[in-house]
This record gives sequence, C-alpha cells and structure tokens, in this order.
Amino acid sequence: MTSRFERVAGYGVLILFAIISLTPVVGILSSAFGSQSSLDTGFSLPDGLNWGNFADAWTRGHFGSYLANSVLVTVVVVAVTSLLAVLAAYAFGVMRFPGSTLLFYLFVLGLTLPQEALVVPLYFDLRHWGLTDTYWALILPQTAQSLAFGVFWMRTYFRGSPRAVIDAARIDGASSWATLWRILVPMGRPAISTMVVIVFMWTWNEFLLALVMVSDEAHRTVPLGLAFFQGQHSSDTALLAAASVLIALPVVIVYVLLQRRFIEGMLSGSVKE
Amino acid sequence: MSAGHLPGGPAGRLRALVGRHYGGRAPGEPRAVGYLYLLPAFILYAVFLLFPLCQTIWLSFVHWDGLTVATEAGLDNYRDLFRDPVLRDSFLHALALLVFYAALPVAIGLLLASVLSRFRVRGMTFFRTVLFLPQVLAMVVVAVAWRSILAPDGLLNDLLRTVGLEGLTRSWLGDYTWALPAVGAVGTWVETGLCLVLFLAGTQRIPRELYEAARMDGAGAVREFFAVTLPGLRAEIAVALTLTMIAGLRNFDLIYITTGGGPGTSTSVPAYQVYHRAFEINEVGSAAAVGVGLTVLIFVLTVAVTRLVEGRNTT
Repeated sequence: MTSRFERVAGYGVLILFAIISLTPVVGILSSAFGSQSSLDTGFSLPDGLNWGNFADAWTRGHFGSYLANSVLVTVVVVAVTSLLAVLAAYAFGVMRFPGSTLLFYLFVLGLTLPQEALVVPLYFDLRHWGLTDTYWALILPQTAQSLAFGVFWMRTYFRGSPRAVIDAARIDGASSWATLWRILVPMGRPAISTMVVIVFMWTWNEFLLALVMVSDEAHRTVPLGLAFFQGQHSSDTALLAAASVLIALPVVIVYVLLQRRFIEGMLSGSVKE
Repeated sequence: MSAGHLPGGPAGRLRALVGRHYGGRAPGEPRAVGYLYLLPAFILYAVFLLFPLCQTIWLSFVHWDGLTVATEAGLDNYRDLFRDPVLRDSFLHALALLVFYAALPVAIGLLLASVLSRFRVRGMTFFRTVLFLPQVLAMVVVAVAWRSILAPDGLLNDLLRTVGLEGLTRSWLGDYTWALPAVGAVGTWVETGLCLVLFLAGTQRIPRELYEAARMDGAGAVREFFAVTLPGLRAEIAVALTLTMIAGLRNFDLIYITTGGGPGTSTSVPAYQVYHRAFEINEVGSAAAVGVGLTVLIFVLTVAVTRLVEGRNTT
C-alpha cells in the first residue's frame, strides 16, 4: 500500500500546518499572560501565569462593559433570527404558495451580498430614525443579514424532513402550527443548533457594522472595543492580547465543543440548488 | 412528543382527508397561511436588507456629501471606478489578494489532501479542529495577532534574524511593496484550513476502487492526483473557491486594523474604500458605487467559478 516514507511525510506536513495554524494563537496567549512591562512587541514566553492583564483589560480597558453589550446584542440577534428563520423556512420547505420561489431567491441573495453594499444607506436610514448609537442599530441589520443564512439553512432541513410524518400529523388533525412546534422543531434540533452557533459566531465577531453605527462608548461591542483600544494603546501588547483572548474565548469554547456543527454550517455558505 | 398527543378528533381527520386532494398544502391549513409564516422574517429582511440595497443602487447615481441635497451624477461614480487611480488600484489590489485568499489556499489544500488521502490519518479530529480554528476567530483578533507578528520587532523578523537573514527584515506592514503580500499572507493563513478540511472530507467520498484501479494501471502519485483526486474533488473545489473569494473580497476588518489601506494607498481595497469614502471623506455616492461594483464582482466571480469548475450540468 503506502510506503512508510509517505506516512511520515504526511504526518510531518500535517504537524507543520498545525503549528502554523496555532502560532498566532499561542502568541496571543503568551503575551496575554506575560508581564506588562516588557516593551518587546514580539512574543516571549511569560514568566508564570499573569492574570493581571485580564483584570486590567476588564477595568481600565472597559472590556467588562463591552462584553455585556456584545452578549446582549448576540443573544437578541440569535433568538430573533432563529425564531423568524424557522417560521419562514417552514413555509418555504413544506408549503406551496404562489411566488414562493421568487421570495426564496430574494432571501438567498443575502448570502453572497457583501455588507459593504448595505452599510452606507443603513447608516443614514438609522440615523434618520434616531437609532444610531442604540442597540437597535446593531440588532436589526444583523438579524436581517443572518436571516438569509437561517432561512436557507432551515429550508434545507424542512425539505428533507420525512413527508410521512407531516402527513400523519395532518391526518391526526394537527394544525400547521402544532406540527411545526411539536414535531418538526424537536426533530430538527441538530439543524437548529448549527444555525444558532453560526449566527452566534457571526454576530459576536461583527466589526464593520458596529464601527459605523456606534460612536459612543456605551454601546461598543468587544471587537469594536479592541479596535479602538489598539488605536490608542498599540504598544500595550499585553493588554491587547488579554482583550483578544476575552473576545475569542466564547466562540472558541463553543467551537471546540460543537466543532462539527461549525464546520458543517460554514461550508454550506455557498449556495447550491 | 409523539403524534398521539396532538389535538383534533374525527372532524379534524375528515378535514385532513378532504384536504389531501389539493396536495402539497400546508398541514391542515389553507395554503395562504404560508405567507403568514413568512411575514415577520420578510418584513425585517425587506426593511434592513432589500431596501438599503435598493438605496445603495440609487445613491451610486448621485453626488452626496451626507448633509446637503444630493445632485444627479449620472454614471460619474461608475466612471470613477475605472478613471480614479485610487479606486482602480483598490479593485486591482482586491484581485491580487484573491491569489492569497483563494488560489494559494486551494492549491495548498489540494496538495495536502492528496498526500493525506493515501493513508488513514490518526488524530484527524484534532488536526481538523486546529486547522479550521482560524475561521472562527474574530477578524479583529486575527488582525491584532498578525500585526504584532509582522511588526518591525515582531516574530517574523526575529525568526529571520535567527536564521541569519537579517537583510530580509523590514516593517512588513509599512512597506510599499510588501504590505499587500503581507496582508495576503494572513488571508492564506485564515483560508487554508477551510480548504483542507473541505478537501479531506471530499477525498473520503472518492471510491477506493478508483485509486486501486489507477495503481493497477501503474499510475504514480502525480498521475493519480490528476486522474482521480482532482476530478473527484470538483464540487469541493467550487465550494472552496466560492467561500474563499467571497471572504477575500469582503475583507475590511483586517485591512482597517493592520494597515488602514496604507502605506499610501498600497493596501487599499474596495471594502475599505466604501467605508473611507462614505464616513471619512463624505463622498457617499462614490462609496455606494464602489459597494455596487464590489457586489457585481462577487456575483460574477461566484457564477464563473460554478460554471468553470462544476461544469454546466448543475443548475
């Protein structure tokens, strides 16, 4: 079969790429736990675990309040997107009504649409409605953009759900509402959790929208906070790194636990009919 | 919950049986109920996505500073995409970055996948988790990490000094020639794992017999790659190219934080110009035209990739 040499070379290459993948991450971790006085912006091994940088980022860097903002925005966006996407995808997936194909394509359009095509009028609209510098300015546009993925993803699930189950429920006299919530949603937990983690990650990591919509410090999310912090204290490597860890950690934890859901969801992003 | 607990009695059952003749209906409801399920999502989507999209198109045909009255611009803003050297270069930079964001990761991913498809890898879950990790990190965090690696006294220059290549050290992000490839390298770092994970999953779906047949015919590793692996991965290559190209063209966060488009305009990209023009120099119409141009570019490339790589038989 395959030669020993090939195996060794294969593992060697894999390990090399794993190291390349991890180097920046390890670098961030080592500066986050490193001492603040080191002027070197490069990486150096920390002298013991130094939690002080996190405390500093939390208080002096205001990351405590940024995290609270991020949590609020993310929870609302994920909850609203999931609910509305399930409802809409249910219609697209199991019902037939005039115009459904056209409407579905309108939703799919949002999957490839770059945010740069929306953000300019969005800013002026929301400012006109007095919503800039509020949580709404972050929540509403992100929910709309996440719906494109949510509707597309959940429709695939509803399309694949066994017709016989739906028919059986109908024969038992269940309304479409009951069929959805008592049968299809419980059955679709894997698909729904994939949608939830993907929308969670996108919302948590979102930067451009926050940069445009929020000018006051009170509504800053963590990515925006990091960008501002790095603009003002770019030499404060330890604090920047600690803040980076605080931002990345929630997503990385969920990713490690639900790795398959993440990969499956992110790779579905290219539309195929 | 089992179906037995559902409400409805004989009447419901009868209604359902009668309803069957119409086929494809919503469970137990008139078909128009579909619109009701759709409505909340559609309203939000229309107000905060479809409506702004139309506005962007309208804005791209006017001159507007964001305050005073907008004036008709005709095709001026679009002409500028080709005439204004800064804008033209931004689009050229974006295309150059696609080499780093899409071409290189796909090539590296294919190479690695073909090596790894030749035997069963132990600890694949671990490797997959690690290689895919850059995809889930906030771009802001990636940018901060790489900024310090590429800094004048950062890790990259330290490494070069250690191996005696002192002469190659430079301020990577501050160099007119090297800033764009340096930003591109970060893109390669982010996207390679995604391609590899896709291709590894793909090679597992290629029937073993094809490889065995190729070997019986005396094909070496190279022939095997072109005869079996590459054709077998067509669909995955199309997906990988689509995802990485979209990521490369949407690239705003990384540029904004690492270089701010500089030095000069040497790393300026369309995504950055949209922000810069609309919110920093108040040329809203021009920003909208760049946004539309970027969108068109993404759609054209996406369709082209699907056509070229997958062939025409996939509609």
